[in-house]
Amino acid sequence: MLLGRTAYGLYWMFRYIERAENSARLVDAGLRMSLTRSHMNGDLWDGVLQTSGVGDVYESIYGQNWSEAIDFLMRDKANPSSVLSCIETARHNARMVRTALTRETWEATNECWLDLKALLARRLKPADLPEVIDAVKRKTGLIRGAFHGSMLRNDIFNFSRMGTFIERADNTARILDVKYYVLLPAVTQVGSSIDNVQWESILRSVSAHRAYGWVYEGEYKAANIADFLILNNRMPRSLAYCYEQILGNLQHLQREYSDRHAAHDTAERTMKSLQHHSIKDVMDQGLHEYIEDFINQNNQLSQEISEGYRFL
Amino acid sequence: MAPLAFDEMMTADNEPRPPYKTYNSWFESQDRSRLIAKSKEAENIFRKTGITFAVYGHADSSEKLIPFDLIPRIISASEWRRLAQGIEQRVIALNAFLDDIYHKQEIIKAGRIPRELIERNDAFLPQMIGMRPPGGVYTHIVGTDIVRTAEDQFYVLEDNARTPSGVSYMLENRETMMQMFPDLFHENRVQPVENYPYLLRQSLASLAPPGCQGKPRIAILTPGIYNSAYYEHAFLADQMGVELVEGSDLRVIDGRVKMRTTRGYAQIDVLYRRVDDDYLDPLTFKPESVLGVPGIMDVYRAGNITIANAPGTGICDDKAIYSYMPEIVEFYTGRKALLENVPTWRCSEPDSLKYVLENLADLVIKEVHGSGGYGMLVGPTATRKERALFAEKLKARPGNYIAQPTLSLSTVPILVNKGIAPRHVDLRPYVLVSDKVQIIPGGLTRVALKAGSLVVNSSQGGGTKDTWVLED
Repeated sequence: MLLGRTAYGLYWMFRYIERAENSARLVDAGLRMSLTRSHMNGDLWDGVLQTSGVGDVYESIYGQNWSEAIDFLMRDKANPSSVLSCIETARHNARMVRTALTRETWEATNECWLDLKALLARRLKPADLPEVIDAVKRKTGLIRGAFHGSMLRNDIFNFSRMGTFIERADNTARILDVKYYVLLPAVTQVGSSIDNVQWESILRSVSAHRAYGWVYEGEYKAANIADFLILNNRMPRSLAYCYEQILGNLQHLQREYSDRHAAHDTAERTMKSLQHHSIKDVMDQGLHEYIEDFINQNNQLSQEISEGYRFL
Repeated sequence: MAPLAFDEMMTADNEPRPPYKTYNSWFESQDRSRLIAKSKEAENIFRKTGITFAVYGHADSSEKLIPFDLIPRIISASEWRRLAQGIEQRVIALNAFLDDIYHKQEIIKAGRIPRELIERNDAFLPQMIGMRPPGGVYTHIVGTDIVRTAEDQFYVLEDNARTPSGVSYMLENRETMMQMFPDLFHENRVQPVENYPYLLRQSLASLAPPGCQGKPRIAILTPGIYNSAYYEHAFLADQMGVELVEGSDLRVIDGRVKMRTTRGYAQIDVLYRRVDDDYLDPLTFKPESVLGVPGIMDVYRAGNITIANAPGTGICDDKAIYSYMPEIVEFYTGRKALLENVPTWRCSEPDSLKYVLENLADLVIKEVHGSGGYGMLVGPTATRKERALFAEKLKARPGNYIAQPTLSLSTVPILVNKGIAPRHVDLRPYVLVSDKVQIIPGGLTRVALKAGSLVVNSSQGGGTKDTWVLED
């Protein structure tokens, strides 16, 4: 048993740490794609912003001028999902739940915030971006490591993990959807080298291009990649893997608290659908429609967790 | 020029005084640049662990570090025994005084303290009249600020019976020193302070409401992460293994104070509150407060929760009340106060006001309800204009001020780039009251980092030192 507010703080702390990392990965993917698509850079960053769910906010400030996109995604305070905003929010929540964290986890979070705040204090030069993106991945990785190595596997752990995986599922789904926004291939380009580069960028943004090669032994195919990121439960950023984890943590809580909420039903339903559908079913429904559906259900689950466990 | 201050480490002939002998020879054997490097290391430790405080009115620098000086302040066992006896006597008197003013008011009837000073005091809570907290303890956690002016001359500067802060620095300073200089603790026999969180927890648990069954559930009530002492609240909750709650987590249900948890509402038996009286219960005090718990005072009066410190204890922090402490101690303990008060002029009294106005340049003027070094005038260092402005304030509301002579506070050296340099210090020992009085051997030494400055408050550029009380 812990304070509802503490559960809320843990859940959002870990959502924002995950989001910080994913925002950085998204910029990374965008940069790679821009190397091969220089004539279409405008559309590209529009697509990346849409993927991150902040396209509208961006346009309301900068209109159709995409030159601020990277700064907006990395360090703009007006963007609640920028790397800097995420880290600030994560650390703010960590301070609030300080008593629920081990010293190691708190210090890793505090250091991550101190270091990234310094790195992101000024506008980034293009040449510095790879190094900064790398630092974001490394520093958030250190938090994860400290957390895993030192935290008791109790309800505090469960709420933190659910935050991580709800956010990750959301982010992976959005990254897949990038194909719909930016990369929608003209029929003539399917299977072309441009198409391949685009898929590789997507896989890269989830650190999975090597793993893909091992699992599917070959070229980039839309169906295989969708299968990998949606249904493959060995892939730590896939929707299926995320839901296995979410469900596992919810079941833990159910045993410990001896009570069950709407969240359990929703998570089980989503898990079943991820287990029993084939990638053909998904493609038949339409990838974009499937993903949109998933994101809505994921949001609903988040809401149900918040209500069931009295976050507010 | 002020007379040369008493230095606690070195005599006028530059010999170390007895408690510092061992330390001094260690210090002289150290490479200075290594110590300077260690000093930076300490700062990094504090920054990394997030030991920060907020300074009100500084929006851009919302979290600051309190500078830490690595030369310890050392007190001998015999000096400490003397202080501890005096502090114990004083804290017993404070609790007796609180019980008296909220019940029979014998001290007023005996003509020792003017009635209006109590009853027209903002910190006096009529809601507490006739109310006796569990165990009869009003102020569970006390910080008694002490200054020294000579070998054998100690004064109590003020009593903090409401919500004394700073104990986390006492603990972290010790932790940091032990981490950086373990060898020092082999050579010097320093009395431990580390068990404070444990003692505090025990002390609070022993004062749970009589009806409480099983192990009492203890929580610390914080105003939240924007409060200047939030770090301390979280630190203590963590070290004590108790809940850290905010007003929004709490609700009165079925006559009990309960907190909202992931499994429903759970009862709290003892609340160590770090929220001021005024904000504790919007139904009883400030209606707009969102920091407190609506209805908690009813639960308290019904005897179903212990609040530490009790509401209404803040009156002991009042500096006009302070000026009566020698009478208060004698009235309740039947003995003369072991620790001296600083001579104090109450500006509400016409003769005193006249004297104070004539001698502004030599005095320190303080607001009776002030704290944190805010709203005071240090006569000798103030400009002519500042003094003139302050004189107007004094004349407009004399009852709001007291005046004291400028004391020549003792000094302890701090580490500077060129070596060491003496700086003025004060001392806040921490006291826990339950069925017994426990005084933690040590406390928080605050040090004015600016040469010659007498203001040690962290909000005004003060730092801290580890404070050692040696074993016999």
